[in-house]
Amino acid sequence: MSNIPAELKFTNSHEWVRNEGDGTVTVGISDHAQDLLGDLVHVDLPDEGEGFTAGDEIAVVESVKAASDVYCPVAGEVIEVNEELEDSPELVNTDPYGDGWLFKLKIEDEGEVDSLLDAEGYEQSLDDE
Amino acid sequence: MTNKTVLHGKHLEAGAKMVDFHGWDMPIRYGSQIEEHQAVRTSAGMFDVSHMTVVDVKGEQATAYLQRLLANDVAKLTEKGKALYSAMLNEQGGVIDDLIVYYFAQDDYRLVVNSATREKDLAWLNKIAADFTVELTERDDLAMIAVQGPKAKAIAAELFTPEQQQAVEGMKYFNGVQAGDLFIATTGYTGEAGYEILLANEQAADFWQKLLDKGVVPCGLGARDTLRLEAGMNLYGQDMDEETSPLTANMGWTIAWQPEDRDFVGRKALTQAKAEQTEKLVGLVMEEKGVLRTGSKVRCEAGEGVITSGTFSPTLGYSIAFARVPLAIGDSAEVEMRKKWVKVKVVKPSFVRNGQSVL
Repeated sequence: MSNIPAELKFTNSHEWVRNEGDGTVTVGISDHAQDLLGDLVHVDLPDEGEGFTAGDEIAVVESVKAASDVYCPVAGEVIEVNEELEDSPELVNTDPYGDGWLFKLKIEDEGEVDSLLDAEGYEQSLDDE
Repeated sequence: MTNKTVLHGKHLEAGAKMVDFHGWDMPIRYGSQIEEHQAVRTSAGMFDVSHMTVVDVKGEQATAYLQRLLANDVAKLTEKGKALYSAMLNEQGGVIDDLIVYYFAQDDYRLVVNSATREKDLAWLNKIAADFTVELTERDDLAMIAVQGPKAKAIAAELFTPEQQQAVEGMKYFNGVQAGDLFIATTGYTGEAGYEILLANEQAADFWQKLLDKGVVPCGLGARDTLRLEAGMNLYGQDMDEETSPLTANMGWTIAWQPEDRDFVGRKALTQAKAEQTEKLVGLVMEEKGVLRTGSKVRCEAGEGVITSGTFSPTLGYSIAFARVPLAIGDSAEVEMRKKWVKVKVVKPSFVRNGQSVL
């Protein structure tokens, strides 16, 4: 069974979002997503300072098996990316909600975060897949 | 209906991620596929290959039958237990399957063919057999475990009886021997030393568990694919099939053209294909970020080609592939990746042997 922390928000495309409460969010891919992909070998992250809107292709995670786009869950500007992943992409597999985070955004509208799926809603969406 | 090997329960017990592999419910990985790969390169890993098809060929015309059936020539086999890799062709010179044949005596051989092609292989084996005094027996009473890696032989030997240990003592690569209740062969699909062991279905789970207890890492089809690609070994259905000539699949070395009067199936078509050959199978290397993918387009000055197998090489740390390309390709080419054309190096289709890069 896949791990779905109750305090996070999720998208149907398997990104997770943590509201840091200071106008920023941290984003990664869910345990379910990393398990589907298998061992990651490359992560392509956006540039700091770049702006995105919800649904934009913002990063690429590539495993032995396949390359997959990561979509920006909410509008915002990239303020930090996880540089550890350059040399250790496997962190996304081993700790998807911790050391395997992808990037942080300064968000424009907190309401966008609130409207994402909660843990229960995400679990429901996995059951429907 | 999905087939299950006798080790299916052991895979579930280990929490393996299972996939449908040509009608067989098989483990793709148990945990990290890359860790499984590294276990085989640095220590010892094991694979359940019980889904493969084993056929014993016996009878006074067994040799003549195999000389007709196979593009390689079993006449090369003179020592008991020696094995040979060969293609089995159709009349058009396309590859029906690739296989290993073990020689025991002029009237006694064993074939190991792919599982994905089982039905058509058996039909073809029987069709050609109609003209010969030969008896074919499918050995579905046997399971098969591959133990591979630099420590594989030593660990496996701990499970052998003194008689079995003696039987494998000094055994060279690509040989097999029946010793007590095990058929032990020095073959594999990883580019490492090790054994492929055939044993009774009822014994398999126990043997698997004993290897597990000795620290041998169970490996799934995912690691099997990256290991064989690094080792420069073809996968049937990807790198060659019935539409492909062995000449364009890096299997030219397996065709025994001599003696000229040996009339193997596909010889006529193959002779013509050789005269008209325009393509070959090469290796590609891309050291930049990204992974070369099966089916991607390749282009070079001499024309276009296609990647037949592409992956990330855990041993090398970058991407490698096999590609079918124009004969006149130079030492570099371009591959279409996610809508961009990326430059790659062209090399011989072999990348890693015994844990070391051969590039």
